[in-house]
Amino acid sequence: LDSRLPLVIFLHALTPAAARDEFQEELVIRPLHSGDIYASFQFRTLWDTDFLQEGQKVSHYRLFPKSLGQVLSKFSVRELHISFSQGFWRTMQWGQPFIPSPPGAELWVWFHDTVSDVDGNWKELTNVLSGIFCASLNFIDLTNTVQPSASFKPLGLGNATDHRFLRYATLPREIVCTENLTPWKKLLPCGSKAGLAVLMKSEKLFHSSFHSQAVHIRPICQDEQCSSKAWELRQTLNVVFDLHTSGQGKKEWSLFKMFSRTLTEACPLASSSKVYVDITDNPELFELSPATPLLGQAVVLGDRRTYSVYDLSRAETFGQLRSFNLLLRDMLRPLLHAERYVAGFGLQTGEIHTVIYNNHPYRAFPVLLMDSVPWYLQLYIHTLTVTSKSRDNKPSYIHYQPAKDRHRPHLLEMLIQLPPHSMTEVTVQFERALLKWTEYTPDPNHGFYVGSSVVSALVPSMVAMRTNFTQDQPLFSSFVPVKEESSYFVRVYTEPLLVNLPTPDFSMPYNVICLTCTVVAVGYGSFYNLLTRTFQVDEPSPPLSKRLANLIRRIRGVPLLT
Amino acid sequence: MGLLSDPSRRKVLTGLLTRLNTPICIVCYLAGIVWFMGLAFEPFTLRTYMSENAMGSTMVEERFSSGERALSLAKEFDAHKRKAGGMPVEWLVKAMQSRGLEVFTQSFSRKLPFPDENKERYMVRGTNVYGILRAPRAPRTEALVITAPCSPGNTNNQAVALLLALAQYFRNQIYWAKDIIFLVNEHDLIGTQAWLEGYHHTNITEYISGSLRGRAGSIQAALSLELSSDVITSLDLVLEGLNGQLPNLDLANLFYAFCQKLGVLCTIQGKLQRNDWDTAEGYTHAAQTMMLMVLKQACGRSWGDHGLFLRYHIEAASVRGINSFRHYKTDATTIGRLLEGMVRKLNNLLERLHQSYFFYLLPSLSRFVSIGYYMPAFGLLAVILLLRALDLWVHLGAPALAAVDGVTEAEQPSSPGVLTVLTPVVISHLTGVALYLLPVHLQEMAVEHFPVSETEAVVLTAIAIYTAGLALPHNTQRLLSGEGTEQGWKVLKLTALLYLAVLLGCTALINFSLGFILAVTLVPITASITPALYALVMVLLSPAFTILYCVFIYQELIEAPVSVSEGWMLFLSVISQGILDHALYGSLVYPLLALFIYPCWLMFWNILFWN
Repeated sequence: LDSRLPLVIFLHALTPAAARDEFQEELVIRPLHSGDIYASFQFRTLWDTDFLQEGQKVSHYRLFPKSLGQVLSKFSVRELHISFSQGFWRTMQWGQPFIPSPPGAELWVWFHDTVSDVDGNWKELTNVLSGIFCASLNFIDLTNTVQPSASFKPLGLGNATDHRFLRYATLPREIVCTENLTPWKKLLPCGSKAGLAVLMKSEKLFHSSFHSQAVHIRPICQDEQCSSKAWELRQTLNVVFDLHTSGQGKKEWSLFKMFSRTLTEACPLASSSKVYVDITDNPELFELSPATPLLGQAVVLGDRRTYSVYDLSRAETFGQLRSFNLLLRDMLRPLLHAERYVAGFGLQTGEIHTVIYNNHPYRAFPVLLMDSVPWYLQLYIHTLTVTSKSRDNKPSYIHYQPAKDRHRPHLLEMLIQLPPHSMTEVTVQFERALLKWTEYTPDPNHGFYVGSSVVSALVPSMVAMRTNFTQDQPLFSSFVPVKEESSYFVRVYTEPLLVNLPTPDFSMPYNVICLTCTVVAVGYGSFYNLLTRTFQVDEPSPPLSKRLANLIRRIRGVPLLT
Repeated sequence: MGLLSDPSRRKVLTGLLTRLNTPICIVCYLAGIVWFMGLAFEPFTLRTYMSENAMGSTMVEERFSSGERALSLAKEFDAHKRKAGGMPVEWLVKAMQSRGLEVFTQSFSRKLPFPDENKERYMVRGTNVYGILRAPRAPRTEALVITAPCSPGNTNNQAVALLLALAQYFRNQIYWAKDIIFLVNEHDLIGTQAWLEGYHHTNITEYISGSLRGRAGSIQAALSLELSSDVITSLDLVLEGLNGQLPNLDLANLFYAFCQKLGVLCTIQGKLQRNDWDTAEGYTHAAQTMMLMVLKQACGRSWGDHGLFLRYHIEAASVRGINSFRHYKTDATTIGRLLEGMVRKLNNLLERLHQSYFFYLLPSLSRFVSIGYYMPAFGLLAVILLLRALDLWVHLGAPALAAVDGVTEAEQPSSPGVLTVLTPVVISHLTGVALYLLPVHLQEMAVEHFPVSETEAVVLTAIAIYTAGLALPHNTQRLLSGEGTEQGWKVLKLTALLYLAVLLGCTALINFSLGFILAVTLVPITASITPALYALVMVLLSPAFTILYCVFIYQELIEAPVSVSEGWMLFLSVISQGILDHALYGSLVYPLLALFIYPCWLMFWNILFWN
């Protein structure tokens, strides 16, 4: 802390007019019970300013990335959450992640309530973000955008909950790779030159079981009185390394093995720079080298965890910090868990099954289920059933917005009460639509994606949570504001679905065109001919002798022979 | 069409067709048979080629090396199987878990409609064990399946062991883009059916099965392994699935390509490929291979675990290890490499296999006959029915025309009422319904009154109803409308001919082999039937006898000829298997024969006893 102060004062002296801003960085390493290692980076930039104030143009940027700041003020964005994930978070094996995200890309934005043309702003915003993050976000259009009524509330300041200003879209097909990581790293004040970001070598980050990177921007209180607004930018990066494939069976791990880099210094612009190692599970079996005297406790996701804390802003931390030798142990089963699949066979109909598990032994709790299904799966909403413990479970709230062909997807939101220790199954039947031939993707036989459904819930906590918002909490435990002591907020994403639609054989369009044209020409022509022709009884022509006789008679002027 | 709109030319054409009807029909029939037999002649067939880009150009390097470990694992598995007296579920779960898979089990039970005497089972209870290898950074949308049945006794241990060895090897690789499901199923097809129904949450065949907890998205392809000895001399590829469905030809091409690459002998229908196509033996060999495929496809049952996957639009094939050609040996490592190569190429797929043919016949693994080449053979047979129908139509219409031309219009020959045709149609179909329903439902009563087992009761009831059907229709028909008229049977024959043409046409579109075999036997007799024909000829060409002939031909082709009495026993078991396949897996051959083909044949039978 002491080493940071002069720097801050120095910078403040340079820019007296600028508002206060600060930057924190943090890495949490948690061994998972499946034997994998979960590494979660969080970078937070706080800035005491307001982009959306009337008549005030923010032009001087220091820590906050200018590219994002300009986007926020141009499109009057109140809150922006974007995530890119490659892989599926295996809740049953890995427990809850600190910040959940669905496979592919997810974007949800709350616009300021002064915006008149929300759809227009949304369209432009996705295109701009597409450029910033080098991703195919420009494929977000009205056919895959929904306005959830209950599942996505603003996480920051403000209590406007009119969902007309909310837009939510996922691209389950989006593939995340280095070209998305590089622009993401550039948003950091130190780039990947110093601090924790040094560890982000893409070669290693993408040699993993799960990779997810996200950007969350929201307004928060400047202080506890909440008299003025500050903007918070959180960049998170979550990676799960597979011990099985690359560890050759040895349960030994080190920063160098994971990232093929070591830490040398904290980011000089950071006010705090810490590494946490979760040692809750059987700490005596852990052997951390170097050992640290600092132990921290944090209540995160309903569980009190103990961490070894390494403060990178202290000089004595450096020297070793090379290898952690970890031994691992079983973990609590996640209390909330969901999965989804398509049932049935054939290309006409099908059924979407969403299964939600409540593993709490004695508490029931409600969950919000949100499903956004593309229009080409035509849902039969009358077949919607919710069953728990083989009994009908009537949802207490249903918000359903039917799809319009080629314009908007189905949106289904339900509030379902999950009985304790139960499995709740939500099923709805659908019919597969026949697309127009230009609407097929270039690889139609791959199938069409249906984005993850989202289960949001306040899960009863095993331990009491702290509700007051104090500064000394680690970043990973303070993302979602806790309002109650006895429960915590969890969002679970199911796997996306790959559904086959009836697909014509595109390899022979020429044959098809030739064949249909021939059939139409021959068939139509001849039938038209048959139908329009007038038929007459054919007079058999008279024999030659009679004709000759008649000719002579005509010349003579006598009546003809018949 | 100018031809038809001009009445005089139309008359000439119909005149030609009626006058030359019989010669044309005979020529068509012979041409159809010759065409079909010509399909096996190599210069007339196409060479197979890989259509799928994603599998063709990208070569993979096989590195699997733990074949020996797989063989020792097979011994261990065998010991545990003996100890458990069935499938060693716990051992399998542990073995898969220790290899880093997510392991799940599914228990199922199914009461068969009547005991299966071939496999000695009635009330089947079992457990499927499957482990899922989660592909890194894949969103659980696509999967591949490798399955090995856990068969009773000594068989198939090597397949399960190789499956586990492959799982261990695959788990340490990072290139997977699709999840891989390793399935060990109990009670062969019944287990597979239960697992597939559980995975897709369908229930079409009344299984009682536990729901599945672990899934991996839509399955793109499946391979079934059957290995029963440590040393394999050749690998046989089995493609024929339920209801005559076949997997995409690219799957066969893939197998063939890897056999070539690794120098493994490969067969289809258990027959090696020969290079001497220009000799008589070479042609006979190809024709036999193709005939075997036609017979297997026609019977509509699944010839391996893969066959049940096809219903779910999952391309699947069985790879069966054979130990017979003594001089040539392949070790387990090579077979593991072959499978590794196939799975890796399937993993590279961007789309489902769809580029190549779904309808084909294989005279050898490197040659194929596509639908465009074999359909004319059936078309030539089917057109006979239409020609005969046209002939009858013209004949039936001719006296009426004469009456219009004549002076007296009052005395038209009395056209046969709808009733005369409708009665035999309805009665025949009711007999068909009885044949479909009664055997299974009456088994208890039959067992009570006769000293037979349930299976025999079912089969014998079926044969009894079949025979009784021969006596029924013409008697009742005569009771209803008295002496049949000349016109009456002609109208009936016309209806029956058109009905048969539609039936055979639809069957051939779905299952060419079945349609063709039925056409070969049914077309000549139905086309030439008059009340004067011998009943014996008619009986000898009935559907039941067709099945009997097929049994004998099949035994002849697999070089295991049987005597008449053995053939009869085989025939009985084929019938019971057909009924069981329908009940257990939803095979459609039995209902098709009982509800449509047999009644249609009975309509013709009716004509025989018209006067």
